[in-house]
Parts: sequence; structure tokens; C-alpha cells
Amino acid sequence: MKILYFAWLRERVGLAEEEVAPPAEVATVADLARWLAGRDEAHAYAFENAAVVRAALDRRHVKPDASLAGVREVAFFPPMTGG
Amino acid sequence: MFSVRIQEAPFDAAAEAARLAQGRTDVGGIVTFTGLCRADAGADGMGLAALTLEHYPGMAEEEIERHVAEARARWPLLGAIVVHRHGRLVPGDPIVFVATASAHRAAAFAAAEFLMDWLKTSAPFWKKEERADGADAGGWVEAKASDDAAADRWARD
Repeated sequence: MKILYFAWLRERVGLAEEEVAPPAEVATVADLARWLAGRDEAHAYAFENAAVVRAALDRRHVKPDASLAGVREVAFFPPMTGG
Repeated sequence: MFSVRIQEAPFDAAAEAARLAQGRTDVGGIVTFTGLCRADAGADGMGLAALTLEHYPGMAEEEIERHVAEARARWPLLGAIVVHRHGRLVPGDPIVFVATASAHRAAAFAAAEFLMDWLKTSAPFWKKEERADGADAGGWVEAKASDDAAADRWARD
């Protein structure tokens, strides 16, 4: 699946997007954030305060317990500050 | 006319608003809101030199369109235009524009405020600040609890 990062998550990870293939036990958004955080120091830094990180699945806002089944694009970002 | 646009270029608020009544006589009121880049002092007392707005292309349009659809379901709107800019903006530059048209003013006022409140908290945009003294303290603007509270007012059970 494709992972997108925005704002300070993008800066901390050092990537705007990446393609990953998590193992089957990674079933929810929260599982994926934990799995990504374990990949390297940059990802760990990006997700160090996981409670503030927001997510979207296929361009829709979701909660951490949302299922990844059938999802193609996951985005992680801080709380929004537009307008 | 219902339209959502994300663009780097400036917009002409008067021309946008005029489009809502063009060629029709049933519009009784148009409410417009223009949000500007403000130069107020930050926490360190130094002024703002510029803001850079990052967005999630695709989702930004879709998320705003979902809220326009909800506004249409809640109020008898005859039109709505939302324009949100991205890229680097300096104090005084227009950032966001919302206009709503209805037969009567109440719906237009309410829908414009509803759209702005949701734009602040759920449209995927992020602001990064550049300070006038050249300092870069990480720069990302933090979300405000008051904006969440403003959006929550519209929640329905």
C-alpha cells in the first residue's frame, strides 16, 4: 500500500510517500503506525507522539481503529491548520 | 453554481461572488468570507514574514466538497464557492474564500460559517511560518482547540 506523509510527519520521516507491504497482522491504522514506527529512527521520531497523528484512508478521515482491508492509500498528518 | 477549487494563484473575491448571481434572479443574498494572511506577532514577539500552505491534493477538494454537500442538505442554498490557496503567502495575501447564495440571508450566513468552521479543522492543509527575523523554529502552526470547538457546534446526533 501507498503511504503519504504531510507537514512535520513528512519532514521527520524524510519522505513524502513510500510503498510498503506490512505483514497480515497489521490490521488497523494504529497497527500500521506502530509497525512503521519500528522501521527506523526517522519513522520512530515521526510517530513518537502517536496520539496527535491523524490519518486518512483513501482520502477520508478515519480513527486509529479503522480497518486497512482493501485500502490503497494511507495518509498520516498532524491536526489540520488550513482556512 | 457550486464550486470548490484549490489553487496557488490569487483569487478575485468580488468576481467570484458575482458568479453566484450571474444569469439568475432567484438569489436574494450572497455572504462572502475572505481569510487573509495576518502579520501579527508570534509567541516570540517577532512578526510573520510568510506562510507556506501544504495540502493533500485530491483529498483537499474531496473533503471540502463533502462539507459543501452537507451544507446543501442542511440549508436551501442556491450556490456556494470555496477557493483555498496553497504555496507561499505573505501578510495581506488572501488565503481562503467562501461564498454562499440563498433566497434569504439566514441560510447564506449559516452555511458560510459552517463551511469555514469545517475548513479550519478538517480540510487537509497545514501552515508553516517564516518569522520576520529569519528564525526557523520548526515553524508548523499548531491546531487550536477553539477551532475544534467551533466545528463541533455544528455536530448533529
